[in-house]
Amino acid sequence: MSKYRTAYVNARLIDPASGLDAPGGLLAEDGAIADIGAGLFAEGGPEGAETVDCGGMVLAPGLVDMRVQLRDPGHEHMEDIGSAGLAAAAGGVTTMVCLPNTDPVIDNVALLEFVARRAREVKLAKVHCYAAATRGMQGTQLTEYGLLGEAGAVAFTDAETAIADAKTMQRALSYASTFGHIIMQHPEEPALCDGGAMNSGEIASRLGLSGLPPVAEVMMIERDLRLVEATGGRWHAAHVSTAASVEAIRQAKKRGMAVTCDTAPHYFALNEVAVGDYRTFAKVRPPLRGEDDRQAIVEGLRDGTIDAIASDHSPYDQDSKRLPFAQAAFGIIGLETLLPLTLELYHNKHLSLSEALALITCRPADLLGLKGGRLAKGAQADLVLIEPDRPWKIDEVAFRSKSKNSPFDGRPVQGHALRTVVDGRAIFIHGREG
Amino acid sequence: MLLDLADSYVEQNRKLNKALSLLQGRTVINLFFESSTRTRTSFELAGKRLGADVINMSVSTSSIKKGETLIDTAMTLNAMHTDVLVVRHSDSGAVKLLSEKVNCAVMNAGDGSHEHPTQALLDALTIRRRKGRLQGLTVAICGDVLHSRVARSNILLLHTMGARVRVIGPPTLLPSAIDRFGVEVFHDMRRGLADCDIVMMLRLQTERMQGRFVPSVREYFHFFGLDREKLAAARDDALVMHPGPMNRGVEIDSELADDLDRSAIREQVEMGVAVRMACIDLLTRELVGNAP
Repeated sequence: MSKYRTAYVNARLIDPASGLDAPGGLLAEDGAIADIGAGLFAEGGPEGAETVDCGGMVLAPGLVDMRVQLRDPGHEHMEDIGSAGLAAAAGGVTTMVCLPNTDPVIDNVALLEFVARRAREVKLAKVHCYAAATRGMQGTQLTEYGLLGEAGAVAFTDAETAIADAKTMQRALSYASTFGHIIMQHPEEPALCDGGAMNSGEIASRLGLSGLPPVAEVMMIERDLRLVEATGGRWHAAHVSTAASVEAIRQAKKRGMAVTCDTAPHYFALNEVAVGDYRTFAKVRPPLRGEDDRQAIVEGLRDGTIDAIASDHSPYDQDSKRLPFAQAAFGIIGLETLLPLTLELYHNKHLSLSEALALITCRPADLLGLKGGRLAKGAQADLVLIEPDRPWKIDEVAFRSKSKNSPFDGRPVQGHALRTVVDGRAIFIHGREG
Repeated sequence: MLLDLADSYVEQNRKLNKALSLLQGRTVINLFFESSTRTRTSFELAGKRLGADVINMSVSTSSIKKGETLIDTAMTLNAMHTDVLVVRHSDSGAVKLLSEKVNCAVMNAGDGSHEHPTQALLDALTIRRRKGRLQGLTVAICGDVLHSRVARSNILLLHTMGARVRVIGPPTLLPSAIDRFGVEVFHDMRRGLADCDIVMMLRLQTERMQGRFVPSVREYFHFFGLDREKLAAARDDALVMHPGPMNRGVEIDSELADDLDRSAIREQVEMGVAVRMACIDLLTRELVGNAP
């Protein structure tokens, strides 16, 4: 078997996990990182290897997007594993972790294996799955955490539905702790959100829309924290969006609790004003919040309270969005905008480049126990070459995703992926697409 | 300007022969996705008195029930070279969505809990005819502001015209952040009505209540229903208004509602036709230049 070797020369290596940020090179061999180091290949690439001149651009671990909806199986007209894979590749994402809210729901081993097989066939970004925390995401009976875990489920969640019943949540946390699995909550008290369409407050009142109150999020988080203390289970809050939620988790971490949370770019890059005159592309759950909340999310990312950023990629077709606001679907796509929006935190001087990249590489990978997200000898060669400063404009026409529901269309951003590499193989090269 | 034009139509409507031919050959479609008697009739009369052909479409007879979307319906009617679409819908923002997809004039006849602009205009006309002005008056809007598009449109318009606006109701029936609307907020009728020139009552949407917003009609009337005793807190010449349809004995005392000295409720209905004539007239004047 002939060895497949690629040398990346003249790169700015950034590995957030080790703190490396230096000019150097990297050798990928048979899908793994065979060598890496500051100053490596300063005199040019080795004999017999394909050489990629990085031109001084940033070579970082491929992005790990820990919250993606694939719509496959069930709603392939909105997205499928192939189109999501292309979108991921263009966005610098080498690992996607998908939610179980497909149709049928991923709550059994057979379906988990089906998605894994489809992903292997497509051979783009790697796909990992969460499994449903309860059967059919109905919130009552637990799924087979042990067997599903052995089959590859990385954690358990009812996707966009809160595990609302306290007893169910208590049992889920308690039983999952047998295997050390994480229960991931969509933190929202449903009784306070019935019929809600956007953040409660002045704008919702003026538009005559029912509200989704910020308090519904933090009260579910606070309830869960009590159950985590009582059970010793592992728990993660998905897409936190309010100042109070960030504060509740900050205090829990101060008390020494091993809880984690993530947020999505729209919660630090937009606020509720984006809803404007009934823009359904800005309809998302949790909803875009007020400016104070947005700033608190940025602060939570700065001080480490928020562990990771996930795109929360939620594809919907036109028919689900071209409706009166109250009837339109909740969700924003994000695979292709995760990198530039996260880089806004760097360009706006909230974080260093390495800190910003950590939130979308090693931190989600470590949180979920995945192998990716780092540049180290022996690690899999999942890489992204980034031009961090180049200005460009997000354009929905250019999206590879089958769905176009992004409120960021037309937004000027900086930074994009030049080359995306999975297991040593380039799955995207900027400007060279078929 | 619009109110002046509407004023002239009030006189026209009191004549024996009310018909005009300003809009001869033009088509007005009343597209109602939510049932309504008075607003639809008012728009229908307004269109007919201006000489337009008026067609009424309501949800039960349209193809919406066959699965056609709101936008498809709008496009279909647009393709028939309609000049004015008058739209009512139970979802906030639905009229705006529809207006983006058609090139005829679209009038909002009420969308969800968002707005009901012609109601606010007819209220303003009624007040101006009775009081001679809007500037400097104190207007109290009372009751179910939360679900009321009438309240939202009135707050915006009365504010613009220089009136002081108060809202009165239990917190469960007031929208969140209502204090950011530039209104004074009261939870007590007697205090809220003190020195008011206009008392605008809103319909309690009992079909949406189910004991979740107020515990009972009896309790609601006791604290928030308008009767002579509570009205005494307002100015002696304060005018009582209601957009209709009224729940007698729920938000307003029946006998008070019929007192022509204090109540302008019937006059509001009359002004409705005149205001809608003025709106249709003005909107179609805009259209003359760029008709396809």
